[in-house]
Amino acid sequence: MAEEELWCNHVRQNKDKFRDEGVSTVSSIDQARVETSVEDKYSSYLDMKDMDGQEQPRLHRGRHIAYLKKGLTSLSDRFTSLDASRPWLVYWCVHALELLGVQLSKEEAAGVVEFLGKCQNPNGGFGGGPGQYSHLAPTYAAVNALVIIGTPQALQLINRSTLVEFLRSMRTEEGSFRMHEGGELDIRGVYCAVSVARLTNVATESLFANTVHWIMRCQSYEGGFSGAPGMEAHGGYTFCGLAALTLLHAHHLCHTPALLRWAANRQMKYEGGFQGRTNKLVDGCYSFWQGGLFPILHTLLAQEDVANLSTERWMFNQEALQEYLLLCCQHSRGGLIDKPGKASDFYHTCYTLSGMSVAQHFTSTARHRTLVTGPKDNELIPTHALYNVGVEAAVSATQYFNSLPVPIASSPASQTEAGDATDVQDTDKQTTTATKPSCTCDTTQVKT
Amino acid sequence: MREAQIQLRVMCSNDDEYVSEEDVWVLYKDREEWADVTPLTQDDGPNAVVKIAYTDAFTDVYDYFRAVVASGEMSERALELTEDAINMNAANYTVWQYRRKILKHLGSDLKKELAFCREMIEMNPKNYQVWHHRRVIVDWLKDASKELRLTEMIFSQDAKNYHAWEYRQWVLRTFKLFDGELDYVDRLLEEDVRNNSAWNQRHFTITQTTGFTPDVIQREVHYVKKAIEKVVNNESPWSYLRGVVQHCDGRMGSVGDLENWCRQMYEGGQRSPYLLTFIIDLMEDKMEHEPDLRPSVLKHCLQICICLATEHDQIRQEYWRYIGRNLSHRFGA
Repeated sequence: MAEEELWCNHVRQNKDKFRDEGVSTVSSIDQARVETSVEDKYSSYLDMKDMDGQEQPRLHRGRHIAYLKKGLTSLSDRFTSLDASRPWLVYWCVHALELLGVQLSKEEAAGVVEFLGKCQNPNGGFGGGPGQYSHLAPTYAAVNALVIIGTPQALQLINRSTLVEFLRSMRTEEGSFRMHEGGELDIRGVYCAVSVARLTNVATESLFANTVHWIMRCQSYEGGFSGAPGMEAHGGYTFCGLAALTLLHAHHLCHTPALLRWAANRQMKYEGGFQGRTNKLVDGCYSFWQGGLFPILHTLLAQEDVANLSTERWMFNQEALQEYLLLCCQHSRGGLIDKPGKASDFYHTCYTLSGMSVAQHFTSTARHRTLVTGPKDNELIPTHALYNVGVEAAVSATQYFNSLPVPIASSPASQTEAGDATDVQDTDKQTTTATKPSCTCDTTQVKT
Repeated sequence: MREAQIQLRVMCSNDDEYVSEEDVWVLYKDREEWADVTPLTQDDGPNAVVKIAYTDAFTDVYDYFRAVVASGEMSERALELTEDAINMNAANYTVWQYRRKILKHLGSDLKKELAFCREMIEMNPKNYQVWHHRRVIVDWLKDASKELRLTEMIFSQDAKNYHAWEYRQWVLRTFKLFDGELDYVDRLLEEDVRNNSAWNQRHFTITQTTGFTPDVIQREVHYVKKAIEKVVNNESPWSYLRGVVQHCDGRMGSVGDLENWCRQMYEGGQRSPYLLTFIIDLMEDKMEHEPDLRPSVLKHCLQICICLATEHDQIRQEYWRYIGRNLSHRFGA
């Protein structure tokens, strides 16, 4: 790497800069403005490099770790707007630290487990804070955080039988999921429900009956997925759709070439990072929502035509993404950001680092290859593309939960009770097959 | 209620200085009419993580909110309390949900609720809860007469607000208000031909109304061509074009003379990656249908893939190499 030219040198040629063809609109003005701020970042880095020689783009680990550790402990009153997202705050910090190779101390880990226990409700699932109604998003965040911590106390905290009751109560007849009682319904609900159900081994066939067909109604003419049928293709929702389909072993329903084309086109030719939607601006968080699609797509395509697939790279420019993140998205006071000029936050720190991890680690059935931009020390641990927790954490949690029986529906009012008895058998069958595809992702991502 | 409190405080104040609203905020624990309620503190546990340094006013409001939820109180004062709680954190879905329970229970004036909700939307246009609340209330009222206008107001500040678009689609579909929708989309595209949300809305509107009949396909292809002729390097209409021709039974290139149109642009020196990509699609279609032409078309196709990978769309080099290999594999000898 040291000898090779950095991708960002292209800004000196001006070739890939946006041209408005004489038609200036809100979109083109915004785009040009962002390119200028990115150009400043890249140019000043290149100028420094010309003067001082070898300094490669460096990940400021120490600053980010300090920022995250502080956040995990206490937050200023500016965070009251996230008072209904505290398990998210926990997950963003814990996962980002995990990617940076930081293990929480015993006390920190115990504090997290205890706090998440306060967010878990007797009727199943987790709320956005102690005493708040259960909601699928904080449920997903809490389960992921506990899986990352991975201690017996952490994994055993999750009440699987009430969890599955909660998931069932969020399910609609058509197979989609509400976020909470009386709450909104979109593809995030499906992903959060599928992800936690698979991770903790509580999935049954009736719980997700028709869900894949609802997801497929969200693949738009552009190829990406939308939050709800009819809406515009969007990075975050596309990740939710593809990951959920894959976890439900129904990826064959997806129009893969259209999705691949859409995803590939979301990488910005000038900035190197990803945008969330067509003709929108680059944002560091899409490094994961879009970048994370590529490992999943690679695995899916390998089942069809492995011969044409690269055995060395994902189908996006991994160097360009890393340079965008390293040179444009690190805040001088720690934490990572959306784009130059923005303030850091825990959400962006988590998803920029998750995307960086995807860009650094290529894995196919045959091999693992690291492709780290900058000094070797920039390397993060590999993340599991379907759950976005560390691969090792995902593997050991699935092993643990798969050794436990799938909880049987306890509610006598449940109309599908008769069906559920057969579900258990189905699920037994499913668990064996389930270990396969999700394990393909599991094992292929384990660093060898 | 709050105004009354402030008034009271201002009147009792000894000094004559101007007192701003913030200075006179009376904590719930100091309000006489709440004296019967014991506040319920948040149980964070002794070793809480992500501990937020709440202001006293925030803690106070939420302590009373928790108490109200615990006792199941559904009164006017509880309704007002939820308003304060929402003002302090509009993303607290528990508060919104409890507020809806109270509204239902009291049979409150929902028109008034819409006004409050609009204020909240204006202050938090990218918040899931405010838009969902609006949807529930409008669904209860069965009156969507002001809803399109509201989203248009939001779009005048941000024409790509996802929440507002999702809400608008729900309104259009639920209350069958599609009549002026294509004209509205036209106006938005006139303002910004790169507004992908508007292009998506065009697709949505047609799907929900006429569907892509042969006539509509002709009309739309014509529309897209004009948009592309205005700005070629604009991915949105190219994607939309693909979305439109998907619906035709026959061959892709014959619709609206697309093949010749693309060739002319290409021969005129146009090398936008979107044009090149579309040409590859046309050729792929040709190879599917005319096996005899495969060798020559494939050769041209692969050349374009190489040009994209090495010159016109370098960032997507890996993708274009894969597409090239895939095409050779499918159509090669």
